[in-house]
Amino acid sequence: MQRKLKFQSEADPEWARRVSDRPGCEGLFSCLQCGACSGTCPLSIYMDFSPRRIIALVREGFRADALSSKTIWLCASCYSCTVHCPRQIHITDVMYSLKREAIGYRLYPARFPVPVLAQEFCKLVRRRGRSSEFWLVLRMALRSNPFILFKMARTGWDLARTGRLSLRRERIKDMDSLSHHLAPREVA
Amino acid sequence: MSGAYGYFPGCSLKGAGVAYEESLLALFRLLGLPLAELEDWNCCGATSYMSIDERSAILLSSRNLLLAHKAGYRDVVAPCSACYLVLRKAQDYMERYPRIGKEVHAALGDGDLKVLNAIRVRHPLEVLYTDVGPGRIRQSLVRQWHGGRVACYYGCQMVRPYAEADRAHDPMRMDELLRAAGVPTVDYSLKTKCCGGSLTGTTHEVGVRLNYALLREAARKGADAIATVCPLCQYNLDAYQREIRRASHEPFDMPILYFSQILGWALGADTGALGLRRAISGRKTVQQWFSERRVEKEAYA
Repeated sequence: MQRKLKFQSEADPEWARRVSDRPGCEGLFSCLQCGACSGTCPLSIYMDFSPRRIIALVREGFRADALSSKTIWLCASCYSCTVHCPRQIHITDVMYSLKREAIGYRLYPARFPVPVLAQEFCKLVRRRGRSSEFWLVLRMALRSNPFILFKMARTGWDLARTGRLSLRRERIKDMDSLSHHLAPREVA
Repeated sequence: MSGAYGYFPGCSLKGAGVAYEESLLALFRLLGLPLAELEDWNCCGATSYMSIDERSAILLSSRNLLLAHKAGYRDVVAPCSACYLVLRKAQDYMERYPRIGKEVHAALGDGDLKVLNAIRVRHPLEVLYTDVGPGRIRQSLVRQWHGGRVACYYGCQMVRPYAEADRAHDPMRMDELLRAAGVPTVDYSLKTKCCGGSLTGTTHEVGVRLNYALLREAARKGADAIATVCPLCQYNLDAYQREIRRASHEPFDMPILYFSQILGWALGADTGALGLRRAISGRKTVQQWFSERRVEKEAYA
């Protein structure tokens, strides 16, 4: 992707302010841009924008760049940035908040397996109350890149022969109460 | 019910992490600490649910906390680092954000938030450290360790912002417990670096290389095995080692154990009950280290 210098008119500072009102995102505007987050992030070398840059983009209001980035999906939620941030910004929660908005507006990179996994995971839990590893991975692969199933075959066999591959589709008994709780309302 | 710990296994301990459950139950039984599984628990939501729907993510946890409360447990033991973090994070959110607290209250109907937040969500490592302690472990040793040196890998979520299981930057409790059991541990500088979690399944190459770094550093520090506290860390390091070996041209064949397997064995649990046969990497080493024959010979310890 080619990076371009931005026009001020592309920014939406109002959006930035709304983000900073969300749970976990309060510290957004106190960021020093010190880069401790990017330095400690084990995944920053794979990201299109480092965590520090994502924070910079968000607080200036460059919504589309932040929401369509791969960065937010590569965040593995290890919270290393959060415990290292000198301003105690909950960067992991900022990432979560961006992920939710990207899902809500379908701005995530197409066929990128991470958001696909997240969606399939939620579907499974919403329907059955629990996740079942085998079925989850199968659904994720079929929806993103079925060829990875070949790569996974060997690992699957290793798990099967050590009794670690359960084909059971887990389900909780009291699904009624759970689905009542989880009834979707807002996406905000 | 009082006195017993409520036990929240989470989905992984019923799947790829089944050895963790087996060894943990055996270990806690030996120590006289009953773990009672919560009836009809649901998934914690892991890292995925928060990425889709915040309200529901918190609600999933609050239902589990409510189950624990109704069954009369004050402490809930969550061995999976993701479950542990998510349950604690839900409590933190319900307390800090009144809007979320109100929504949870409305959805649960009968869930008093104070009650839900009073439940102590605990990691088994922390339970063993504070409620049992290295001293009692040392006194109750039944078998003497004759295996190699171990790198204690704490992973990320167990020691991060919502946690009290150990220090965030330099956790030592697993080292202390294993040393009390006579197991030499090495100074492992990547002990809180992330294994990538589910990235090995989604962006495979990225996840595999993270795990390469973890193995490489453990080997460099002279470790013969890695001890873990999380089913996902164990799975990633164990199941992808063959692939890492092939890609890196480095001869890794390291057992990836659960700390509960080592402690359980040292305290005299039945070797067959610790899930040791479920190892994928370093199987020969595991067999040697935990062999029955040598156990009996050295049972005088």
